[in-house]
Amino acid sequence: MRKRQEVFNFRRIWLLSFLLTSGFSIVPVIFFAVIDYNVTERLTLSDTVFRTSRLTSNTWRSVAFFLNERQSALRFIVGENSFEDLNEPRRLSKILDNLRNIYGGFTDLGVIDSDGLQRVYVGPYSLIGKNYSDQQWFRNVVSRGIFISDVFLGFRNIPHLVIAIKYKSADGRFYVLRATIEHNLARILSEVNTVPQDSAGIDSDRKTDVFLINREGILQTESSYFGNVLKKISIPVPELSDETEVIESHDSFGADLIVGYRYIPETPFILMIVKDRNILMKPWRESRQELIQYLAVSITIIILWILGITTYLVRRLKETDRRRVKYLHMAEYSNKLASIGRLAAGVAHEINNPLAIINEKAGLVKDIFHYKKEYQHDPRLMETMDAILNSVERCSRITRQLLNFARHMNVSVQQINLKSLVQEVLSFLAKEAEYRSIDVVVDIKEDIPDFESDRGKLQQILLNIINNAFAAMTTGGSVTIRARAMADARVQIEISDTGCGISRENLKFIFEPFFSTKTEVGGTGLGLSITYSLAKELGGRIEVESKVGEGTTFIINLPMKLEKKEQ
Amino acid sequence: MTEKVLLVDDEQEFIDTLAERMRNRGMEVETSTSPKSALKLVEDGAFDAVVLDLQMPEMDGLEALKILKEKRPELQVILLTGHATVEKGIEAMKLGAMDLVEKPADLSVLTEKIHKAQAKKMILVEKKSEEKIRNIMMSKSW
Repeated sequence: MRKRQEVFNFRRIWLLSFLLTSGFSIVPVIFFAVIDYNVTERLTLSDTVFRTSRLTSNTWRSVAFFLNERQSALRFIVGENSFEDLNEPRRLSKILDNLRNIYGGFTDLGVIDSDGLQRVYVGPYSLIGKNYSDQQWFRNVVSRGIFISDVFLGFRNIPHLVIAIKYKSADGRFYVLRATIEHNLARILSEVNTVPQDSAGIDSDRKTDVFLINREGILQTESSYFGNVLKKISIPVPELSDETEVIESHDSFGADLIVGYRYIPETPFILMIVKDRNILMKPWRESRQELIQYLAVSITIIILWILGITTYLVRRLKETDRRRVKYLHMAEYSNKLASIGRLAAGVAHEINNPLAIINEKAGLVKDIFHYKKEYQHDPRLMETMDAILNSVERCSRITRQLLNFARHMNVSVQQINLKSLVQEVLSFLAKEAEYRSIDVVVDIKEDIPDFESDRGKLQQILLNIINNAFAAMTTGGSVTIRARAMADARVQIEISDTGCGISRENLKFIFEPFFSTKTEVGGTGLGLSITYSLAKELGGRIEVESKVGEGTTFIINLPMKLEKKEQ
Repeated sequence: MTEKVLLVDDEQEFIDTLAERMRNRGMEVETSTSPKSALKLVEDGAFDAVVLDLQMPEMDGLEALKILKEKRPELQVILLTGHATVEKGIEAMKLGAMDLVEKPADLSVLTEKIHKAQAKKMILVEKKSEEKIRNIMMSKSW
């Protein structure tokens, strides 16, 4: 029913411009976000590795210093005291007291001769006379001159370690000074642990785990990751290296770990610093998360914006195109009207001349009849002549109307008497009304003053609407034309018919161009549209009320004074 | 007093018939189918009224009217027109036409207008002769 001639596929234009615009605006954003993500991840990781390495070195220095200090103390004792002094239990006991007071943690002290026999012992246990000659540590101290033992748990379940050094006596024999130290390495390590490592103050080291292992991977101090002293760690023992190393590893639960380690020379210990990679990367991940959220929000906004803009523009384009087509058709139509008008004028003019001749000839014949006695009294002749003259008069009225109609193609403001104008329009349609026995009722109030409007346009408006009313009725029925003056210097003309009516859906479209229910009988769908724009040109409006099966009423509301439009 | 009328129209049949009917009503009628010959006729004889068709092949009615009025300002011209155009009517009136009658014209209407034209012309002629006399009286010393 509705025909639209559209040059463009608007759905495609919309889709294309939407996709292209969003593509060009979103792809670079995502590209930069990905680059930023990778670069910052790498930087954060290398920073973490660097910090771990530094922490490992510092801690290693503390631990090494601790052990060194105790070794030096023992060396000093050996250097300062003669063999006889050390063999004196009372003297040794005094040394032990001093050591305890100065360094703390020394549990016992003993001297073992080259046969591995415990010669002197001061401490809580009675170990005098014990033979160590077949023990590994004794052989080690004999061959290397110094020995630091693995950590072991003493009787009170406190981790201890043993430092033994070999020294030569005056008689050329060697002895071993052996000290058991209540091991407080854990305290040193935990001190390191609590030193803030991060200059930015981020508490990234809370989960930093600092501990010692021996070369078999047995924990020498407590570890928050791998458990208590003397347990075996669940990650492989790192390779031997002289330098501080940082490696990546996984624990038994699959968590990513960053492990910094350093071998402590002349001891079985390896200092380990283990950090959870996920926790270390947490601030970075959080900032990334924020960035990604921000990205998502921006992309959403961009897409919505583009969606809105594209939709708006395409809708405007569509509207413009629709209007273009409409005006094109209107121009075509008014062209058609104009040429019809010209044709009508030409025909009317050409017919006028022969009509004038017929008129005069008939008049002459009548004159002759009038003067000749033999015809004078024949009423039939006179009647016939009068009938001819009447027909001529009717023809001339038709040509005059045609000329009148054609002439009003231009805009001109005139004083209009509504009643005579309606009669003029109805005279075009009177014959049709008669044939189809349509009753035309004209009820125009006498109090309507002559008003200013464009005669031709008003005629056309009325003609179109009354024509439509006629078309809505088959045979019979009536068209009523009412008019009254309104309070606000306006005229209201109501044209109602008793025709088929217009359905509610169609009522919305009836003033739209190219909407027609009469396409199969040659309707252009422009009649009412042109009527509407004509009414608008006259500063008026048209409303419709309709009920299917009962009829339709068009209400035309016109101003009595035409506002001058700028030309 | 009989009116002397000149009919100008390109339709021979039309003016012949019209002329005959007018003669029947006691008017003295001359006809011309072309504006040019009409101009000659006007030069030769004094007409009370000229009935002129607006649209003719040789010369436009308005043009003919202009020339006629130049030659004989006192001439009363009634225009016949098929086009009842307001603009042309106004133009014709401005050029000095006495009246405008739509074709096909009713003879009684036309006759009435010719009567009026004659009366008008009489007044004009009288005025003219009065002026002439006054001029003579003023210029000649008795």
